[in-house]
Parts: sequence; structure tokens; C-alpha cells
Amino acid sequence: MSYRLRLYVTGRTAHSQRAIRNLQEICENELRDRYQIEVIDVLENPRLAENEKIMATPTLVRRLPEPVRKIIGDLSDREKVLLGLDIVPAPIHDPERGVE
Amino acid sequence: MVDTQPPELPRLATGIPGFDEIANGGLPRGRSSLIAGTAGSGKTVLAMQFLLAGMRWYEQNGVFVTFEETPDDLMLNVASFGWDLEQLVKDNRLAVVDATADPGEELWQTGAFDLSALMARIEAAVRSVGARRVILDAVGALFPQFTDANVVRRELHRILAGLRRLDVTTIVNMERTDEEGGVGRFGVEEFVADNVLVVRNRLENEKRRRTIEILKFRGATHQKGEYPFTIDAAEGVTVIPLSATELHQKSSAVRVSSGVAELDRMCGGGMYRDSIILVSGATGTGKTLMVTEYVKAAINAGERVILFGAEESREQLTRNAIAWGVDFEQAEKDGLLRIICRYPEVMGLEDHLIQMKRDIQAFKPHRVAIDSMSAYERVSTPKSFREFVIGLTSYIKLLETTGLFTNTTSMLVGGESITETHISTITDTIILLRYVELAGEMRRGLAVLKMRGTWHEKEIREYMIDGNGMHIKSAFRGVSGILSGMPTYSFSSEAERLERLFDRPRGGEP
Repeated sequence: MSYRLRLYVTGRTAHSQRAIRNLQEICENELRDRYQIEVIDVLENPRLAENEKIMATPTLVRRLPEPVRKIIGDLSDREKVLLGLDIVPAPIHDPERGVE
Repeated sequence: MVDTQPPELPRLATGIPGFDEIANGGLPRGRSSLIAGTAGSGKTVLAMQFLLAGMRWYEQNGVFVTFEETPDDLMLNVASFGWDLEQLVKDNRLAVVDATADPGEELWQTGAFDLSALMARIEAAVRSVGARRVILDAVGALFPQFTDANVVRRELHRILAGLRRLDVTTIVNMERTDEEGGVGRFGVEEFVADNVLVVRNRLENEKRRRTIEILKFRGATHQKGEYPFTIDAAEGVTVIPLSATELHQKSSAVRVSSGVAELDRMCGGGMYRDSIILVSGATGTGKTLMVTEYVKAAINAGERVILFGAEESREQLTRNAIAWGVDFEQAEKDGLLRIICRYPEVMGLEDHLIQMKRDIQAFKPHRVAIDSMSAYERVSTPKSFREFVIGLTSYIKLLETTGLFTNTTSMLVGGESITETHISTITDTIILLRYVELAGEMRRGLAVLKMRGTWHEKEIREYMIDGNGMHIKSAFRGVSGILSGMPTYSFSSEAERLERLFDRPRGGEP
């Protein structure tokens, strides 16, 4: 299953930067090469935001797989992001206890 | 004393009929104003009209940000006012920003966010049509979408600050749960508190009464208190700026005939052209006859007259008039008369007022007659009624038109009605028609109770009604207490009574 994600941000604000970093980290670790990210700046492209009725930034739109889902915030709540994207959380690597 | 008041903020005339008068010129320009009201109080129509009036009268384009109704619903709903939003969007005069929540859509919150995307969309819309006016309708719907109300409040504040930088004048609608009490929900007014207005829709006497009140304009004056307004298909919102109506009418010295020659003499030569005459009496005293004579006098002078019937149908009025030798139908055909019969019960008094003003505006009469004014009182509260009468009389006077209203008193002899006490100060001339019980006989007496700005006869005169109309005779003599309904005689003998009961008349026959 491949993911098509679109992240709406506003300029280069702290929220935006954090969301981009968090998203990249999650995708690298959880989706490997099964994803495609498009970052859209609402200041430059308000029409796209209008079409998708984006209110808040950052907003992550999961366009594929369907159904389309919107995840708002800077994506710092990792667990919630994974749940929102329907990614089964990967086992946590713990050197002390080994891989579960 | 030197005037040290800071200069007033510049205003943006809204173009909403009556509103700019109570707002002393319009909304503070470049600022946002909060309109709070319960469901169905008319917020959306008011805001929408603000946009449309801008496009229609001032070449100012607009942006509509909708939080509650989808743009499609919205366009459909206001189509009943004949407002074609789709066309305006096509013409690039109106832009709509759809900020409604998608009911099927889940929002996952995963950390800090702001509403910059919404702001960016609004700003893009403002720039795309070059908008001068923006409305946000209604922001309360924004709160349930996000878990943190503080964030929404903070973001709204930021959006309004952004709109201010764009130099647009904004209306923000906000729901209230109650007609009284706090301004709005979610504490929004603390953030957009520069200007606050409240619209209300109360049930009074089984009739809906809409009012608008400007609570505050920061740095700008406005009229205080509640003003009634109406919503109708023809013009949308019309505010009735009653107490704000300036009494700057010129006083005319030109006299017109009341239609009864002897009454004209009693009034010192007729009625003033721009005066309001109240004819008050019990049922059967000849009020409608007075109206007919008054209408006839206008027709004979080649003047236009409009007659509002509140109790009788057009057929009844026409038939009665024929009995007194006036052909209403012909006069209507000649364009001299317009009869409008509407029962007071069919709508609220505010709507009656607007409708009557429109009728008067369309027909441009020299005279207006209302038979009877007291019929309107039945369907309203004293406050509404007083506002109705003030609104109508000031309009009639403004046009330098003569107005004659009738008032039905409840008691057969003597007595005064509520209508009299309520509107007597507003009218210029009051004529009383009274039954007089005299020596076991019912007779009729007429008195000119007051007439502003001229001499008038103070005596109570007897009058009779026959097939030729009204005949005013001589004054009652030796009788007092007629107006109170309890006449007492001051004669020592029957012979003296007979001898002195009537003087020689002034002008008429004995």
C-alpha cells in the first residue's frame, strides 16, 4: 500500500518546520519508500487550500489510501499521527530487551 | 469651551435602509463589527445585505466567509430576496470562502496549529475581487471543530487584525443562545469588541418583533437603544430609525379644506397642509364620513389622496362613499385616489409601516387618510404602536402631506382611548366627535380639542349627519360635562332651557 500525502504549511514558521521534520522522520521510519510527500505553502497557493477547504496549518492530508483524512497540528504527537495514517505502529527497538 | 473631542473615526455607509441613521453615518471603516443574535434573528440577511448594498450602491466588492451554511445552501436561501450570488461570483464582484466543517470528516489533532490557512484563503479572496467589505457568518461554528477554544479565539483575533491591515470593513456574526444576557458564546466579543451590535427577535403579543441595537462603537458615536427592523422579500432588512428621525420638517402656512366648510371655519380657515389631524369618536359618530369628506375635498381640488382602510373592505368604503355622493371608483380611475385595505392582523406593525411608506412613496399623494388608526393598536404593544405612529407621522410630514387618522373610542359617551393618550402629542389637530345625551335624546357634539399654531374655536358644537353629509350647527349652551359623558344642566326652568339651549348660530342655519 502506498501513501500519497500532502502537507499544508504557512511560510517558514516554527510550526511548519517542525511538522515537515516530524513527517519526514515518521515516513522514513514507517513507510520507507512507499510514500510521496507534497509540501504546499498556503501563502503561495491559497487556491489549493480553498479547494481542499484547509483551515489550519499545518494540515497533513492523507490523499491515498482512501478515505481522505486530515491531520492537523505540527505532528509532534507521534502515536496519534500513526493512528491517523492507519500505520500499524512498528515494534519499538529496545537494545536492553531486544526486539519484541 | 473649546471642543477637545478627538476626531470621529471615518464611517462606511452600509446602504442598508435606516441603518446608517442609527449608526450616525455607518460602520467604523476598516474595523470589524460583531453582530450577535439568536437563531433566526436576521444576522445572515443583515450581513448579506451589507455586502450586496456595497456592490449595488458603492461599487465595493465583497467576500463572504461562511462557517455554517455551505455556499450552495446559502445561495439558494438568499435567492428568495432576488439576490443572485452566483452571477456576482461570475462577475468577479463577490468571492465566497467555504469554511464549513465537512460532517463526514474526522479531524485528528497532533500538536500545535494555527488558522493561517483560513487567513490566507480570506486574504486571497479579498485580493481576487478587490473587496472592501467582508463578512464572517457565523464564527460560533468554528469552535466545535477544534478542541481548544482558546486557540480559536486567539486565531479569530489574528484574522480580524489581518483584515484590518487589508483595510476592509468586516461584519462578524455570532450566535447567542438567549435574547437577553451575555452578548455571545465562547467569549468572542472580548476579542472583536471594538464594535458590538445585537439583533433580537422577540415574540410580543403573538407577533414577532425584530430589533437591532448598537451596544458600542469604539471611538465613534451612535444612536442608543433598540430600533425595530423588518425583513421582507422586496428590500431585505429595513431599519426603522424612529427616535433618530429628525423633526426638521418645515411648518407650512398653507391651509387645506377638511371637506366640512364649517369645521374649516372653526379651525380658523382650514387645516395646515403639513399637519396631522386625529378624529376621535365612538362607533357611529361619523368618523368614516369625515374621512370621506376629506378625500372628497382632495379630489375636488384635483389633489391625489391615499386611503388606508384597516377595518372596512374596499367595497364597503366605496359603497359608503357613493351614499355620500363621492365616486371612489371614478377617482381611482382618474389617478386621484388610491384605496389600500389591509387588515392589521396580517403582519406586524413594523411591516405595515414599511409597506405604507412604500405605498405613499409610489403614489406621491397630497393627502393621506387612515381609517382607523386604533385598529392597528389591537395587534401590537403600546411601544410598537407608538413607534408605528411616530414613524408614519414623521414620514407624512417630511413629504409635506396632510394626514387624517381616525380613532375609535371604546365608550359611547365621553371617555378617551389609549390611542388618544398615546398619540395626541404627535398630532397637530385633534377633533372630538361625541355622543351627547340631552334631555333623553342622543345628539352629537363636535369639538376642536387642539390645533397647533392657530386660533380655533373652543366651543362644543352640535352636528348632524344626513344623506348630504355632515352639518355642524350651533354650540351647546347651558350644558357642561359633555366630554366627560356626564352632562349637567345649568337652567332654572324648562322655559329657560328651551330658550337658551341653542344660541343663534355663527354661520349656518338655525
